Amino acid sequence: MTGDWEKLKRDPRFVWPAFIALALLLLALPFVADWALGRAWVRIAAFVLLYVMLALGLNIVVGYAGLLDLGYVAFFAVGAYFYALLASPHFGVHLPFWLLLPLGAAVACVFGVLLGAPTLRLRGDYLAIVTLGFGEIIRIFLVNLNAPVNITNGPQGVNLIDPIRLGDFSLAQAHAFLGISFPTVYNYYYLFLALTLFVIFVSMRLEHSRIGRAWVAIREDEVAAAAMGINTRNVKLLAFAMGASFGGVSGGLFAGFQGFVSPESFTIIESIMILCMVVLGGMGHIPGVILGVVLLVILPEALRYLGPLQQWLIGRVLADPADLRLLVFGLALILVMLLRPSGMWPSQVRRRELSATGNPARNGPTSVRDAGE
Amino acid sequence: MDIFLQQLINGVVLGAIYALVALGYTMVYGILGLINFAHGEVVMIGALVALTVIQLLVGSGIALPGPAIAALGLLVAMPVCMALGYAIERVAYRPLRGAPRLAPLITAIGVSILLQNVAMIVWGRQYHSFPALLPATPHQIGGATLNDLQIFIVLLAAAVMAALLAIVHRTRLGRAMRATAQNPEVAGLMGVNINTVISITFVIGSALAAVAGVMISAYYGVAHYFMGFMLGLKAFTAAVLGGIGNIAGAMLGGLLLGVIESLGAGYIGPLTGGFLGSHYQDVFAFLVLILVLVFRPSGLLGERVAERS
Repeated sequence: MTGDWEKLKRDPRFVWPAFIALALLLLALPFVADWALGRAWVRIAAFVLLYVMLALGLNIVVGYAGLLDLGYVAFFAVGAYFYALLASPHFGVHLPFWLLLPLGAAVACVFGVLLGAPTLRLRGDYLAIVTLGFGEIIRIFLVNLNAPVNITNGPQGVNLIDPIRLGDFSLAQAHAFLGISFPTVYNYYYLFLALTLFVIFVSMRLEHSRIGRAWVAIREDEVAAAAMGINTRNVKLLAFAMGASFGGVSGGLFAGFQGFVSPESFTIIESIMILCMVVLGGMGHIPGVILGVVLLVILPEALRYLGPLQQWLIGRVLADPADLRLLVFGLALILVMLLRPSGMWPSQVRRRELSATGNPARNGPTSVRDAGE
Repeated sequence: MDIFLQQLINGVVLGAIYALVALGYTMVYGILGLINFAHGEVVMIGALVALTVIQLLVGSGIALPGPAIAALGLLVAMPVCMALGYAIERVAYRPLRGAPRLAPLITAIGVSILLQNVAMIVWGRQYHSFPALLPATPHQIGGATLNDLQIFIVLLAAAVMAALLAIVHRTRLGRAMRATAQNPEVAGLMGVNINTVISITFVIGSALAAVAGVMISAYYGVAHYFMGFMLGLKAFTAAVLGGIGNIAGAMLGGLLLGVIESLGAGYIGPLTGGFLGSHYQDVFAFLVLILVLVFRPSGLLGERVAERS
C-alpha cells in the first residue's frame, strides 16, 4: 500500500496533474467556500493559512530540533503587538506593512534568543517549563503595561490597527479584477496563501539543509551530535530564533487582519493549541502539520453541532461545546502520544524512530541512513 | 520594619504551601527524571473536592465545629488525589517509559489540560469562595499581624514534611525509593519492585498536593479550576531552586520562593517609584527560575549536574 504510494509520488504523470489540481483548488477555494458555505468560511480558510505559518514555525522548534516550546504564542504576541503599536492611532505612528513585517520577525527573533540563551544549554524539560512561564509573563506585561505609562493599553488591547496595504493597494477594500470582484477577505486569503507557500518553501529547504540535518541529529542524540562537531547550543538557539521569527511574522499578519489585538488572544491555551496542531498532524512532517492545522481549526466549528446533539439525546445541554474543545485537545494529545506517537500523517523517517519500543537511539540501527531522503 | 516583618510572615506561609507542592515534583523527578506537568492540577482537584465536601457538610445542617469540617474535607480529598495520581502515572507515563523524552512531556500536558477542563465542566468557570472554617484570630508581633490560620498552615506543613522525611530515610519503602532514584535497573535486580515504588511515589506526592490544595484555598478563601497552573509553575520553580530531585531542597526552595515573592511584591512599588506594582508578583517566580538556571542549574542543595543522558 505504502509502496504503491511511494511509487506514485515519484511518477511525473501523476505528480504534475495533481500539483496543478491542488493549485487550482487553492486559488478557487474562497469562491467555492463562499458559494457553498458562506463568507464566514473564507475567513476560516484565511485563519487556517495563518495557523499553518505559525505551526510550521513551532514545527522547526519541536519537530526538527525536538525542543518543547510551551510559550510559543509569546512570539506571536510580540509580532502582533509590534505591528499594532506601530501602525495604529494608539501612538499615532503608521509605518508601512512591508517594513513592519520583517522588523516584527526580527524583534520576535531577539526575544527568542533572549529566552533561549540561558535555557538551551540545559535539558529539554527545563526549556518546556521556562517557555511556559515566559508565555505567561509576556501576557502579564501586556495586561499591566498601561499604567503609569500607557504602552499596551492594558486588557482593552489596541484597536483601529491599519489594514495591510501593499503600496497603493489596500487589502481592506473590495477590488475588481478581470470583471471578478474580490471582497476584503479574499484579498487577505490570497496574501496569506502566497506567504504560506513561501513559509512552506523555506521550511522544506531548511529541513534538508545542513542546519536542518544538524537539528535532526540533535533531536536524535545530542551527545552524538556534539561528537560529530555540531555546536549544539548555537544550532538549538538558531532553531529557537527561527521558530520565533515565524511566530512574529504570523503575529503581524494577525494584527493587520483582525484590526485589533488584546492580551486575551495570547493565553497559554493558544500555545497548547498550536502544539496540538504540530503533534497531532505529525511532528517534523510538513504535510502532517498542515493536516493538523486544518483539523484543529475546523474542529470547533464541528463541535458546535454537539450542543443540539446533546439536546436531542438527553434532553438538555450538559456541557457547553466551547468547553469541550480543550477537553478534546487534551485527550487527543494523550491518545496520539500513546497510540500513534508519530502523529496522524508522520514522515517515513520519523515513524520508524518513534514506533520502536525503547529508545531508538540505543536499540538497533538508527535512521541516519534515511535522513537524507 | 513592620512591613518587612509582615511580608516575611506572609512569605513563610505561602512558602510552606509551595514546598508541599514542590515535593511532589521533586520526588517524581528524582525517581523518573520526568516533570509531572499535571501535578498542579492534582492540587486544584484536591482543593475543589474538599470544597464540595465542605459545602455539603455545611449545607446539611449537622452541627460540627469548623476545624472538623475542614479535616473531613481534607480526608476525602486526599484519597481522591491519591487515586488520581496513581491513575495519571498508570495511564499517561508508564506506557511511555523508555520512549523519547518528548513523548511523556506531551502526554503530561495533555493530562493537565484534560483535568483542567473536566474540572471546569464539573465545577464551572466561576471562583468558589472557600468558607472560613478555621479561626483566624490575629496576634500582634512587633507591628505585624499573624493569625491562627497562618500558624496552623506552617505547623501542618512542617508535620507533613517531617513525616515524609521519616518515610524516606527510616523505612524499608524509603530505602527502596532512594535505591530506585539512584539506579532503577540495579534496584530492580536487588529485589525492589520498581513499578510499585514509582506508583507509591506518585500517590504520596498527590496526597501532599491535596493537603496543599486545601491549605491554599483556605488561605486565600477561593478555589478555581485554573488555580493549579500558576501554583504548579511556582512550585516547580521552588523545586529547581532547591535542587530538583532533592527532598530537603524542595522544602528550602519553597520557603525561599515564598519569601522572595512576598518581599518582592511588597517592595516593587516603592523601589520602582510606582512604575511597577504588586500585580507583577507572578513575575518573580519566573525571574528566580531563569536566574537559577543561568547561575546554578543544580539548585541550592543539588549536587548532581542537571544533564543526565
